[in-house]
Order: sequence, then C-alpha cells, then structure tokens
Amino acid sequence: MTSRKPILFRLMAPHIAPAILALVAAAALVPIANLAFPPDHALHVPTGTVVLVGKWLTYALLAVALDLVWGYCGILSLGHGAFFALGGYAMGMHLMREIGPRGVYGHPVLPDFMVFLDWEALPVAWWGFDVFAYAAFMALFVPGALAFVFGWLAFRSRVTGVYLSIITQAGTYALMLAFFRNELGFGGNNGLTDFKDVLGFSLQADTTRAALFALSALALAGGLLLAQAIVTSKFGLVLVAIRDAEARTRFLGWRVERFKLFVFVVSAMMAGLAGALYVPQVGIINPSEFSPANSIEAVIWVAVGGRGTLSGAALGAILVNWLESFLTGAYPEAWLFVLGFLFVVVTLFLPKGILGALRSLRGRRRAADPGKAPEKSPAGATQAAE
Amino acid sequence: MTITRRQALQMGAAFAGAFALGSRSAFAQGEPIKVGVLHSLSGTMAISETTLKDVMLMLIEQQNAKGGLLGRQLEAVVVDPASDWPLFAEKARELITGGCAATFGCWTSVSRKSVLPVFEELNSILFYPVQYEGEESSRNVFYTGAAPNQQAIPAVDYLMEVEGVERWVLEGTDYVYPRTTNRILEAYLLSKGVAPEDIRVNYTPFSHSDWQTIVSDIKRFGSEGKRTAVVSTINGDANVPFYRELANQGVAATDIPVVAFSVGEEELAGIDTGPLVGHLAAWNYFMSVDTPENQAFIDAWHAFTGDTNRVTNDPMEAHYIGFNMWVKAVEAAGTTDPDAVIDAMVGVAVPNLTGGLSAMMPNHHITKPVLVGEIQDDGQFAVVWETAGLVPGDAWSDHLEGSKDLMSDWQAPMNCGNFNVATGQCGGA
Amino acid sequence: MAHLARTSIRLTRSVLVALTLALVLLAAPLVSTPVSAQQASTQDVETILAGFTRGQFPATLAAVDALAASGHPHAAPILQALSDRRLVFETASRRVLWQEGGQTFDALTGEPVAAPGPTTDVRVSNAVRRAVQTAMASLTLRAPNPATRIEAAVSILRARDLSQRAALAEARAEETDPNVQRAFDDTLAGLALVDPDAPEAERLAAVERLTARADAGARALLLSVPADATDAVKAAAAEGIAAIDRRLEIQGHVQNLFFGLSLGSVLLLAAIGLAITFGVMGVINMAHGEMVMIGAYATFVVQELMRAFAPGLLDLSLLVALPLAFATAGLVGIALERLVIRHLYGRPLETLLATWGVSLILQQAVRTLFGPTNREVMNPSFMSGSLELFGIALTWSRVWIIVFALAVFLALLVAMKATSFGLRMRAVVQNRRMAASMGIRTPWVDALTFGLGSGIAGVAGVALSQIDNVSPNLGQSYIIDSFLVVVFGGVGSLWGALVAALSLGVANKLVEPLAGAVLAKIVILVAVILFIQKRPRGLFALKGRAVES
Repeated sequence: MTSRKPILFRLMAPHIAPAILALVAAAALVPIANLAFPPDHALHVPTGTVVLVGKWLTYALLAVALDLVWGYCGILSLGHGAFFALGGYAMGMHLMREIGPRGVYGHPVLPDFMVFLDWEALPVAWWGFDVFAYAAFMALFVPGALAFVFGWLAFRSRVTGVYLSIITQAGTYALMLAFFRNELGFGGNNGLTDFKDVLGFSLQADTTRAALFALSALALAGGLLLAQAIVTSKFGLVLVAIRDAEARTRFLGWRVERFKLFVFVVSAMMAGLAGALYVPQVGIINPSEFSPANSIEAVIWVAVGGRGTLSGAALGAILVNWLESFLTGAYPEAWLFVLGFLFVVVTLFLPKGILGALRSLRGRRRAADPGKAPEKSPAGATQAAE
Repeated sequence: MTITRRQALQMGAAFAGAFALGSRSAFAQGEPIKVGVLHSLSGTMAISETTLKDVMLMLIEQQNAKGGLLGRQLEAVVVDPASDWPLFAEKARELITGGCAATFGCWTSVSRKSVLPVFEELNSILFYPVQYEGEESSRNVFYTGAAPNQQAIPAVDYLMEVEGVERWVLEGTDYVYPRTTNRILEAYLLSKGVAPEDIRVNYTPFSHSDWQTIVSDIKRFGSEGKRTAVVSTINGDANVPFYRELANQGVAATDIPVVAFSVGEEELAGIDTGPLVGHLAAWNYFMSVDTPENQAFIDAWHAFTGDTNRVTNDPMEAHYIGFNMWVKAVEAAGTTDPDAVIDAMVGVAVPNLTGGLSAMMPNHHITKPVLVGEIQDDGQFAVVWETAGLVPGDAWSDHLEGSKDLMSDWQAPMNCGNFNVATGQCGGA
Repeated sequence: MAHLARTSIRLTRSVLVALTLALVLLAAPLVSTPVSAQQASTQDVETILAGFTRGQFPATLAAVDALAASGHPHAAPILQALSDRRLVFETASRRVLWQEGGQTFDALTGEPVAAPGPTTDVRVSNAVRRAVQTAMASLTLRAPNPATRIEAAVSILRARDLSQRAALAEARAEETDPNVQRAFDDTLAGLALVDPDAPEAERLAAVERLTARADAGARALLLSVPADATDAVKAAAAEGIAAIDRRLEIQGHVQNLFFGLSLGSVLLLAAIGLAITFGVMGVINMAHGEMVMIGAYATFVVQELMRAFAPGLLDLSLLVALPLAFATAGLVGIALERLVIRHLYGRPLETLLATWGVSLILQQAVRTLFGPTNREVMNPSFMSGSLELFGIALTWSRVWIIVFALAVFLALLVAMKATSFGLRMRAVVQNRRMAASMGIRTPWVDALTFGLGSGIAGVAGVALSQIDNVSPNLGQSYIIDSFLVVVFGGVGSLWGALVAALSLGVANKLVEPLAGAVLAKIVILVAVILFIQKRPRGLFALKGRAVES
C-alpha cells in the first residue's frame, strides 16, 4: 500500500491538479472574457456559453459526488439526482421568496402559484427561506439529512448491490411523484420559476451570470479537492476496502456502515450544493429533476469519464452534456442514435472510461520505458485488486 | 478503442463550433430569415409535439413558395429540446442568439415557463400554440391556443344547458393546467347554483394507466339519480387507457358524457372510437369543420406528409394562425426586428380554419370560436355546438380571487401584462 | 389501411342496424296502434319534421317526441337515423332525408331520393339520443330480439317515462322470456315507486323488489321516493338503501381485490421477462421496457397486416401476434446479447450503461419507423366489454390479462424446471465453469436465456397493447415498476416475482380509495423501501454462497 504522504502532495495528484488549475483559471478568466471584451472581440465569451458551461459545471459537481460513493465505496446510487434536486429546491424557494411583492399578483409574501391556487398562508416548510443563509444551509442540510436517514436504515441492515440501487431509484421516483403533487406546496409540475434576483443582483445581468459561473467552477474545484482528500486519507483506504470486499472489511473489525454513511452524507451534500448552484443559472427547478432517468444519466457521466477517478467523472459530465447539447441542435432527429451508440461503444471499448483509457495508455508507454515506473495512485491500486 | 489524435481534433473543432454558435447573431440583407422551431422530438412529449414541428416546416415551405417574406426566404431552424425543461431554456437561447427572428414552440406550461425568461431577456418572440391555464401575459409571447374562457367554460355551459347535467366529476392530471381550470370551473359551477357535494374533483399522476378504480367510482357517482358528466383535463398519453376503461366498463355517453379539453384527433388516433361515440371535446378547431380554408389546409398537410391518414388538430391550427399573423406583422413592420413586430402584432387579423377571422388582442391572446364536438366512430369529431361569435382570450380569469382584478394590455400607454385595476398599478415587476 | 378497416367496421355496424331496423319495421305497425290513437296527417308530420331543421336542440327534442307519437310509418328508421347521425336535410329546400346503406330516403314519404341537393346534418346531443332511445322503446317492447326488449325496458326506466307504464304492463303479460320478464318487472317496480298515483301496497312491493335487485340503479330509484309517499314506504326505502349500501360496500371490496389482482398481473407481465434477464442473468437490463414495446408494435403490425389481408380473422390477431412478438423480441434480445452483453459478463453495473444506450437507440428507431404518435391496436371482441358477476363488473380485457399473466408464468416455470434447456440454463447460472466442463455450450445458453427473457417481455407487450398506449414511450413507463417487482420479490426468484407483483398490485388498489392514485403509489414505494431494510434480499431470498457476490 502507499505510504502516507503529506496532504498537499496527495491532493495534487496528477489527475486532479490540472483539473483544479483549469477550474480556477476558468473562474478567473471566463468572467473577464465575458464582461471586459466587447461582443465582436475575438476573446469574447458569449453569455449563452457562460450560462451553458456554468450549468455543466454543476452537473460535473454532481458527477464527482456520485463518483465518491460509487467509484470509491461501491454504492451505486440510482437516486443521486434527488439530492441535487432537493438542493435546487432549497435555493429555488429562496429565489421565490426574494421576488417578494414583485410577483404578477403583487402579493407581499405568497409566490404566484400559491396565489392562483388559493393558498391562504405560507406553508411551514417555506418559513425562513427569505433569509439567504438559511436557504443555503437547507440546500446542504436537507439532502444530507435525507441521505443520513436513508443510509442509516439501508447500510445498517446491509442492503447492498442492486438492491440498494433499486431502492434509491424507488426513493427518487417517490419524491418525484410527491413533488408533482400540488398539495405539497412546491409548485407541482411547473416547479419554481420566474426568479428575479439573488442577494439583490439581477439574475439576468451578465455580471451575476459570470459570478455564478465562477462560483460553480470554484465549487467544483472544492468538491474535487474534498473528495480527493477523503479518498486519499486512511479513511479512503477503508472505503476502497469496503468497495472491493465488504464482508472481509467487516470481519477485520471496521464498522462498515459508519464509513458508508459518512461518505454517503458528504456526497449527498455535495450534490445538494450542485443543485443550489444549478437553479439560479437555469432559472427553473421542477419535479422532473427527480426523475430516475436523470439519476441514471449522472451514473453514465461517471462511467463515460471514468469511474473512481473523480476528475474523470467531472470530465464525463461535461463531455456528455456538451455532446447532447451539440447533437440536439445539429441532428435533432438522430441524436439519440448517436448518443445511445456512444454509450454502448464506451462500455464495450473503454471499460474504465475516458480518463481510465488515457491513463492506461500512459501507463503502457511508461511500462515500455523502464526509466519511469508507473505511478501508483489509490485508484490504480484498487483496479489492480479487482 | 482509444481516441486518436485526429478524432480528438475533430471533437475539439465541433466543441468550438458549438461555442461559436452563440456569437453569430447579425445577418446580412438577402440572407434567409430564420424561424426557430422549438418542439420536443424525443422523450415523453414527442408524441404530441413532433406533429407541430412538421406543420411549421409545411407553413414555412408554403410561405417560401409564395416568395418568402420581405423578399427573403424563410429558413426553419429545428432543435430537439427532448421533453427536458431546462434544455428548453438552453435551446431557446441557442435559437435566439443564432439569429432566429421568431420562435414557434413549447407544448407544456412548464416548458413555456422555462423559456419565458430567456425570451424576455434576449427580447425575442415566442408563439405558443397550446390551450393553457392562462394567468400569464408576457410582452414577448403570443398565446395562440385557448385560455380557459375559450374552452372550459363554454363546454360546461353546453353540458348544463343542452345535456341538463347537474353533477360534475372534474377529473384531471395533477399539474397546473387541470388544477387552474378545475378551480375556475368549480367557482363557476358554484356560482351557477351547483351544490358542493355534486362536484367531485380528482387528480391522477402523469401517464396514469390503471383507471379501474377511478372509472368505477365515476360510475357510482353518476348512478345516484342526478345527471352526471365528467370534465376531463387528463393529459396526453393517460387518455388511451382511460377511454379504454370507460368503454370496457360500459360508461356510455348517453349515461355519463365525458367532455375533454386535451383530447383531439391526434389522441384519438390510438383508440377504437366505436364505443366512445357521443363523448365530447371542446376545442377551437376540429378537422371535420367544413370550410374551404380547412380543406385546403388538410390537403396541403396530406401532400406535405405524403400520408392521407394523418389528422390535423387544434394546436396545428393555432400555429397556422400564429404563423400567418407573424407574417402579416412582419410585412406591416417592414422588418423582423422584435420590437417593431411586437408592436405591429396587436390588431393583426387573419382567417382561421373554421371560417372566421382571428385577431391578436392587446393582451397577446387571440379571438377564437369555441366548438363542442362529439367523438365519431371514425376517430373524428362532429361539431354539435359552437359559440355565436369569436371569444376573446382572457389572460387573467374573472373567476379566480387573485386574478380577477388584473388585466393585460401591451399597447402604449399601458404596456403592462398584469395591470391591477383595483390599485391602478402595474403589479409585479 | 386503418381507414379501410374502419370503413368495414362501420359497414358491418350499419348492416346490423339495418337488420334491427327491418325487424322493428315489421313490428312497428303492430305496436304503434296502442301508442297513438290516430295517425297524424301528412301536414302534421311535415310540421314535426321541420323541427329537425331548426338547428336547435329543444326543437329537435320536441320533434323526436312528436314523431314517435305521430304514428308516422317511417318514424322508427328516422329516429334511428337521427341517433346515428344519418339524418340530414337539404340546405335549400329544408326537406328532411335519412341515409341508409348508401341510399337516401325522403323522411316524409319514405321514397328513395335519387339526387339530393347539398345537405346539412341534423345535430345530435346525448340528450337527443336518450330521447330517441325512450321513443324507440315504445316501438320495440315487442321486438323479436330479447336483448332489444330488455334495452327498451331499461331505457324506459332510465327516462322514468310513466306514460309507458300501461304499454309495458301489457307487454309484460305476453312476455315469455324469463330474462325479459325480469327486466320488465324491474322497470314496472321502478315506475311504480316514482308514479305519484301508485297505491302504497304497490310501492312497498316495488321497494322490496328494488332492494332485492341491490345495485346502484336500484339505490338511485329508492333515493327518489316521492315526498308524498307514506312513512311506511319511506322507512322501507331507507332500509332498502341501507341494505344495498352494505352490499355495495362488500362488492366494492371484492372489486378492489379484482382491480388489485389485475394491476398485479400487469406488473407481473411487465416484470417477468426482467426476472430472467436481470434476476437470473444479473444484467441490469434497462432495455427491458423496449422489448415490451417491440412486442406491442409487433401486435400492431400483425393487426394491420390482417386488416389488409384477412379482415375476417381479425379477432384472432392476438393469437397470431403472440408467437411473432415472442420471436421478434427474442431475436432482438439474442442479437443484443451476442453483440453487447456477452462482453460484459462479470461487470453487471456496466450492463446498465450499455443497455441504457440500447434502449435510447430502440426507442428512437421505433419513433423513426412508426412515428412518434400512438398507434391503434384494437381489442378483439372477446376482450371488449365486461362480465357481470354478482353485481360486479369485471372487464374482459382485465380478466384475460390475469389469466394470460398466470399462463405465461406457468409456462416459464415449466420451461425452467422441466425442460433440458431449463436444466442447462440453471446449471450455467449456478456454476458456469462446471456446466461448461460438463459439455454445455454456455455461450449459447446465455444467448438463449437472454432471448427467452426478451421474448417473454415481447409477449407481455402483446397484452399491454390491449390496455395502454402503443407508443415509443411504452417501455419507459414500466421499467421502474418492473425492477421494483423483481427486487421486492428477490432477485433470481420467479415465485418471488409472482408474489411481489400481485401483492404490490393489491396493496396499491387497497390504498388507492383511501389516499388517491398518487399517494397510493408513493405509499407503496416507501413501503417497499422500508421492507427491503427488513429483508435486504427481497421476499424470496436465495440462500447459499452466491448471495454475497
């Protein structure tokens, strides 16, 4: 096994460091390119692109969160979209409250959809969301709490493998149906829309957009660092042990369910943060974000990018979404063929995903050159153990 | 398989291309005018929206055959928002920044809500062709489908007056359109003296497929002596199993008629309508309406699709009206500049397919006739009743507490989508 | 093609109508005498017919009643034509005509009209249809067909048409068919109850009769006992209503149970193929729903072909579709296994990714081939309508689907346990290496097993095409439920899938009346999630070493 290295060294692993650098650079440069250069300048980045890539960055954070539990702990959650959506709803509720009396009906407190569906008063669940700090806290707390309750039940009773996957799917499906219900008071099928501003800044202003982009990039960088810190710690080694042989780890005396629970909660909170950053950028949150297909898509991003590589998951999310965005515009009638075919091809020919393939390519080159020994990373070590 | 350097380069080029799309906005004179078509071609809504994409292509082709617009050809830009609501917003931005002069699109309310801020921010024009719950009026959107007062209320009047219905089942899919429509209808029925216990409201999830319990409840509710009708706002693909269950449990139209607001020719195409004869639907257009305009439209549609079995329906007519209005407004304004076109739109009147002249009103809704049709055994509707004249669409319902004081007028000097006549202010933003 | 078929259906229907009419016409002169004292003059009939040309429903309704009472010799065909929307009038001359079998007849004279001018349809509402039914009832109380006579009695009762009481009593005296007698007696009882002139004894007897009938219609009649009735009658009626309510409640429970079993068998059908591909082979088969969809589209294609080439055998189309759907979906499954899944054994989670891609491709392929809209798959006659059993209406389509689901389950069970292929399949699943060394060609067993699971999904599609949309989204709407059923029942256990599907169906239908359809579904999902905490391997957990893997 690897010797313990200083934390900074561990965080700056070769597949993480470039990603962090790129994200920090993007957070700094893209807003400048968008705001400082006039639209016809060669270096200008159009606002549309800022919004689009900002959205992909939040997806990437969700993918990193999912990779943390799936790639390193073997928990294949088919319901991670639920945590993302819950974080999004928390932020959406704040943005709704911030509209205040500027809604179409001019009601001082109630959001528009409550006025025309005849709600008498603000439901308890909405209390406090006018305070940004509370909403931000809830965006992390609610997904975390749900993950805690769900994980506490499931891991303690040793629900594993496909059973766990399917009940996470059932969970997000149940939440979707619940949020579709107008009685629940979260806007039903339409969800929450018509946001005006956040912390006093107009959501339609280019500066706000650029700021949200920078925040998303930094959040993704932070998420990558946190996840990398977890998986390269001693704690992370136990996680990998659980992934590869849960029963043996338990027999060695580790309280497997506690490790799983911790990492599941952290991952859910990361997903919640991603959702909270997603909503102000796309301007809508609605129950279809809970749909099981969305969670499956997130799993696919991770698989395409490379399971158990963290930065690969982020890369996969951005690539798949970019491809989808490009194809739906360029080949509206045939894009599903291309995307579906791509998924099949990736599974068959790139079993470790894009990053995994790149890495093994590099590994082969290094092996051919006896001067350099292949570098060991925890992920690489575990893949050998499989 | 590994990615070669060349492939990587190609992908990079495509990547850059996707980005560059955003920055291309100006076009030279003589270049075609781009028209955005924003309808889902995959996912759950493809079943309804694909037809609307086709009808837009047909209308644009026809216009080009007539010499185009302002001496320029029209070019349809089709994208697939894939029944994914945030993707709708993304694609709307792509269309507008890609230079589309106007966009025709959306079906569900949530997709419209999703793209609305984009159209307002980038100041472009959206034509929305589907009947909806109202309670909205945007300067950048033209609503060519029916508002509740152009569909639901006349249909209920028909049932009350002609069929003598006293008991009501309001059956809907649980989303905003049925919720709002049913609230409006409930208030309306109560104001007509219907007892609260004679109104039963029930909601089901999207794509609900097991209707056994609900249909047997409806049967029971309808067998208690008073004449009963079902007002259905059941959405799209839940209708086939619903009507099948009605037919199998023997709910005949003569006993308990069902009047639907979301069932048109296209939805009936999947059902054997033999046992459903006599059930009703309320729309502003039926394929069976016998006018020369409609015949020409149907013939063109059959020729365009190369399939004489293809049906036409109400949202298609809405696009027909909306497109012709846009053409007229652009001609009047002499430019496709959104501000000029938006100003020129109000007051534009074009023939609809049912023999009338539909006009765009200051609240960006249009005037339409309301027709009640009976399902026939060939999957068509036969008109049994229509309003005497055209009904103007009402953006804000008079039957809802919050919205009855609001009005919308996008002409100067008011220029407001939600003017509150009680406070005398343009409410909200 | 669909158009042609519809026309032929319409033709057969109009032939039937014409036959009934002919019979009615024969009987009409007999019965019209007691109804109308004297025949109306031609002038009167002309005035009556003019009522149809006003384009107003009240005028049409009045014309229906007047025409039925007029004794006009062509009243019956005219009324029937009105009800079927075959009554028109010449737009210019306002001459009323009816169309029948491709010919047009003058409503006044009954003479065929060779070349009518442009015509306008007489509009029909359901109220007009009811009026026609009631009016026709007086003409058909002695129709030769017992079903027609029963219908006549029922529509008199529905209209509570007291004027028919005497005629009905007369007809009852001559009636010999026991079923018709019962219907006539029911109607007479109902009329006696609401007739203000009926004596108390008669009303009491009526209450008793209706209480014994004990259905919703009888309850409605008992509810409308006139205010002038004596206290004894009112008390008896109230008691009768209470008794009927008790009975209806029990019936409601039985019916709910049936609904639950039927929903359960739909779930079973949807899941049973997955119980093989996922349960037995361990492939997280996201394309399972699309196999169901392929089966449904195979049914559609078979029906279209039979419409074109063998319209007489259309009722048998499902039987033809079954093997074809099995073969089509099975072949697609085998192709999928050979091309993709075989490379992924030992990597079960990655099958999710690949099959998800395949499901996107299949959906889009069907959308491209058949269009995005619903396709019409008709119900054969044996699957239409409902079966009345102890006052409970069981729809035939649901009954057959329950039977069919159980048959498929049994067939699969036999295939797994009693055939040599089943033996090999189980051997491969339990110990691949050992099976291979015993000479079993494991790759082919894998392919055939996957083909079997897919084929069964296709067969399920035939059944589901009878109750649901046939659209490219068909598969997506069942996939989540299918996985839930297999996991709840215990991965790898066929019996588990059966018990899980039926219990989920019944539980759903028991909760639905209390909580509504949406909440019921949520409650069931949460219950399954909690249940899995109690039994992490589902209802029928496999035991042994394989469990840990």
